[in-house]
Amino acid sequence: MNARGLLQPWLAFIGLFAAVSLPLDSLDPERMLPREGPLAWVVIVAMAAALVAVIRAERSGLAGVLLAIAAALGGWFTLQLLPSVAGHAGPAFWALFLTSWLLAWCLVSVLAAIPRQTGFDGAFLRIVVPLIFGVWLLIIWEVIVLAFKVPFVLIPPPSAIGAKLITSIPILAADFRQTFLKAVIAGYAIGCASGFLVAILIDRVPFLQRGLLPIGNLVSALPIVGIAPIMVMWFGFDWPSKAAVVVVSTFFPMLVNTVTGLAASQPMSRDLMRTYAANYWQTLFKLRLPEAMPFIFNALKINSTLALIAAIVAEFFGTPIVGMGFRISTEVGRMNIDMVWAEIAVAALAGSVFYGVVALIERAATFWHPSFRT
Amino acid sequence: MTAIAAKSPALRKPRSLKKPGILFPVLIVSLALLAVWYVGAYFLNAQLARDQFARQKKEPTAQELVAATWAMDRPLLPAPHQVAVELWKTTVDQSVTSKRSLVYHSWITLSSTLAGFVSGTLLGILLAIGIVHVSSLDKSLMPWIVASQTIPIVAIAPMIVVVGYNLMNGQMGLSTDLSRFIAKAMISTYLSFFPVTVGLVKGLRSPDPIHLDLMRTYSASRAQTFWKLRLPAAMPYLFTSMQVAIAISLVGAIVGELPTGASAGIGARLLAGSYYGQTVQIWAALLAASILAALLVWMVSLGGRAVVKRMGMAR
Repeated sequence: MNARGLLQPWLAFIGLFAAVSLPLDSLDPERMLPREGPLAWVVIVAMAAALVAVIRAERSGLAGVLLAIAAALGGWFTLQLLPSVAGHAGPAFWALFLTSWLLAWCLVSVLAAIPRQTGFDGAFLRIVVPLIFGVWLLIIWEVIVLAFKVPFVLIPPPSAIGAKLITSIPILAADFRQTFLKAVIAGYAIGCASGFLVAILIDRVPFLQRGLLPIGNLVSALPIVGIAPIMVMWFGFDWPSKAAVVVVSTFFPMLVNTVTGLAASQPMSRDLMRTYAANYWQTLFKLRLPEAMPFIFNALKINSTLALIAAIVAEFFGTPIVGMGFRISTEVGRMNIDMVWAEIAVAALAGSVFYGVVALIERAATFWHPSFRT
Repeated sequence: MTAIAAKSPALRKPRSLKKPGILFPVLIVSLALLAVWYVGAYFLNAQLARDQFARQKKEPTAQELVAATWAMDRPLLPAPHQVAVELWKTTVDQSVTSKRSLVYHSWITLSSTLAGFVSGTLLGILLAIGIVHVSSLDKSLMPWIVASQTIPIVAIAPMIVVVGYNLMNGQMGLSTDLSRFIAKAMISTYLSFFPVTVGLVKGLRSPDPIHLDLMRTYSASRAQTFWKLRLPAAMPYLFTSMQVAIAISLVGAIVGELPTGASAGIGARLLAGSYYGQTVQIWAALLAASILAALLVWMVSLGGRAVVKRMGMAR
């Protein structure tokens, strides 16, 4: 490993020394980490052991395990100390926090240096590394918000958002049903299906292809969410107007991608189909549609994000008193920022799961594609 | 080039027959869409027009009915020429600084779009360079950047706008307009960094392994490899993703105008039009936004073509 890889443990050592020797509380110089009871000693010893292990043998399994334990303990203990020092955290608190973070960074470096693996171990690594990053992002957020006493209306700590999320599950579920299960799913299905069908139709007419494709490309770049007020005027306040916005915004990406995909098959393969005396439909189903699958799934993935965005923005223009976009805009007005964040967490989860499901189906449907062959 | 072209006009002709331009088909399709629009306007507005005639106790002829559906005050779907007239009235007939001028509103939106686009592109470039060069960043940050795309980012827009606006206007004492401008630019930044990062990472990794090996045989440093090989190879990718980024940052600026009750900007025009049922105004604002988007994307693609050509990579 290069010299930079070794820098973090030494920095962490300095941090650990500072955490042990400096006061925890800037108001109370007598409060030190070693006097916080036996648990503090467990944390200190775990950190020191992990650091010694990682400096002696950077890539050993032992170093990885010790680092994981020490980083987890350090993060947990920082959060334990947090309420008692909120607003007047001393240098040792920050040193402990930074040391834990450096340990987690070392852990990520150790894990990232493991050569790429397949099977269960590889999948585990691919999930664990970003997970550590995500959890630490949340810890940093919580510590900074609480330690500096950032006003609640500005950014609430993740713990408060989590609590709000759990206490208001019925409201969130109703919003989810209104926006996602009704508007997004219906609009997504209609928009993608009609884009696909129109693409197949204009595929037979090269003139239409040349005329529609540039227009489709142009429309894909336009701010389509702007049609939301018009759709609300046409289809009323309830979910059909949101579904209509979703239909329009998913239609063009699907159209453009399918047309491009249908043109993607090699002339050689098409000639082969002709020597088999295959007719148009046989060529379409046996050669050109399979070749177009990666493009179609690309559109499906783009659309899964677009659909949720379109539905939520459309709700800013008028809705019945339920729905994710409605909740976000009203709760912002009432300064219930924790509720807004809870709604955003639900939207993020829904969007990621939607995208993930489409990606999984893609994997199953286009397993033959070079990008999935290992 | 010209000499060859002059020598063999016969060679050029079949090629132009084989690969006809797209101008004519696009024109025909656009005209067809306009016709569909007119027909749609008739059918959507027919009921309203009939009601109007019924109130005046008049039996309209077919011709009168059609004319009425295309010239209504608050139609369900305004005819194209009504939108064009409204667009003309609010751009050319008004002074540019007037609050009724669409040029003024477009500028308000455009300024935060551009600010957001520039900072988002810079952020995206920095992240991409970090991801390509630091492997722990690649493994830990990249999945989150990809995940952030699946999140309906626009959903956060009202909160960023309201919170950022309150912070800057209330606590930092910035002026109302400036706070709103920065809040909108923040959303545009957030939306536009993503395509740039993903595209540039792809581009910086696009050089052939053979070329990277060649740089190693030259014993080139990381910085030299970056400036002389990776960055030039990434240029086409960068500009393609910048086209996506500028389009999406315009969307971000428009959406950012919805929740603060902003009185200026294309988004504010849309919202006001929807409150007061001014359909023609909505359509004119929409058309203005579309023209703006097309112009911005076109300009980025022109810039991209110029840079790529200057680097000798134009095909």
